Amino acid sequence: MRGREDEWTGLMRSAMAGDDAAYHRLLKAVTPVLRAAARRGLARAGQPPDQAEDIVQEILLAVHLKRHTWDSEAPFAPWLFAIARNKLIDALRRRGRRVFVNIDDFAETLPGEAPQETASASEVAAQLGTLPQRQRDVLQSIAVESASIKDTASKYSMSEGAVRVALHRGLAALTAKLRDH
Amino acid sequence: MDTDQLIRSLAADNAHRVPRVSAVLTVALLVAAPLSILIFATFLGVRPDVMTAMRNPFFDMKFAVTLSLAIPAIVVSLHLSRPEALMRGWGWLLLLPVGLLAVAIGSEAMMAPAMPMTMRLMGKNSRVCLVAIPAMSLPLLAGALFGLRHGAPSHPALTGALAGLLSAGLAATLYASHCTDDSPLFVATWYTLATALVAAIGAAVGSRVLRY
Repeated sequence: MRGREDEWTGLMRSAMAGDDAAYHRLLKAVTPVLRAAARRGLARAGQPPDQAEDIVQEILLAVHLKRHTWDSEAPFAPWLFAIARNKLIDALRRRGRRVFVNIDDFAETLPGEAPQETASASEVAAQLGTLPQRQRDVLQSIAVESASIKDTASKYSMSEGAVRVALHRGLAALTAKLRDH
Repeated sequence: MDTDQLIRSLAADNAHRVPRVSAVLTVALLVAAPLSILIFATFLGVRPDVMTAMRNPFFDMKFAVTLSLAIPAIVVSLHLSRPEALMRGWGWLLLLPVGLLAVAIGSEAMMAPAMPMTMRLMGKNSRVCLVAIPAMSLPLLAGALFGLRHGAPSHPALTGALAGLLSAGLAATLYASHCTDDSPLFVATWYTLATALVAAIGAAVGSRVLRY
C-alpha cells in the first residue's frame, strides 16, 4: 500500500514537471482503485454498480482540472481520495434523488426484473455530443482515434496551439456539464 | 467514450498549466478592491479628526482587530481550497480578533469611563456600520469567491463563509477609518453583526458556486 502510494506521488511529481507519459501511467494506475471505491459506494447506497464508470470518469476529470491544488511536497493519495470522495458523494446524491423518483414511478414493474445490462460510462459520451463542433472533433480525434496533437492539428488544419486550447476547453466544459446536469 | 480514451485525452492536456489559487485570489481581490474603495470614497470618507484619532489607542485597535480577521481568513480560506484540507489546527487563527477584542474591552473597562457603557456600545453609527461594512464587502466577496472557485474545496459552505469573513475584515478596515465610534464594545457588537451577515451570505453563495 505504502509503496504504491509513494509511486503515485513520484509519478505525479514527474507529471507536474511536464512528463506526459508519467501522467498517463499515473491515471491508469489509480483508475482500478477508483473503480473499486465507486462500486463499493454504489453498493453501500443500494444502487447498481453499472454506474461506477461514470463516477470514475467524473473523478478523473476533476483530478485533471484541479491538479494545481495538489501540493507537490505532500503525498498524492490523500489528495486523490479527497477528490474521489467528494465526487462519489455528489454522484450518489444526484443518483439517489433520481433513483427515488424512478422507484416511485415504476414500483410495480420492478420486482423480479433483471438488472440492466452494464452500460459503461454513458454520461461523458452523452455530454460530448453537446460540445461545440471543434472541441468535439479534437476530443474525438485524441481520445477515440488516439491521434497526437500534431496529427489532429493537420487533420483539421488548425495550429497545435488551437488544438491544445480546444482540448482543454472541451475537457473543462465536459466537467461543468457533468456537474450541473 | 471509455475510460482509457478519456485518460488519453487528459494526458494530452497535461501541458496545460494554470496559476495557483493564491495568485488568482490575490488578483481577484485587487480587481474588486477599487469598487469597495469607491463606495467608501463616495458615501463615507475618512473621519475629519483622523489625525487626533490616531493618538487614541482604541482607534488604532480597530485596525488591529479588522486586519487580524482579514489576514487569517485569507490564509485559512486558501488552506481550505485544497480538497484534502481539514479545519483542524487552523480554526484558532480565527480567534485572533476575538482575543484582541477581549483584551481591548478589558482595558477600556479598567479606565475611567468617558461615557456610560450603553452609550459606548450603541454609539452613533450602528446603522451606518451595519449597512456600510456589508456593502463594501460585496465586491470583495465576489472577488474572493471567484478566486476560491479556482481551488477544489471539500467544504464549499465553510469556504464561502471564510470568503465572507475575509471580505468583511477588509471592508471593516476601510470602515474603521470613517467611524467615530472607537469603543471596543461598539466594535464587538456592530462590526461582529455586520461580519456575521457577510459570512452568512458567503456560506450561502459558496455552497453553490464553490462546488467543483
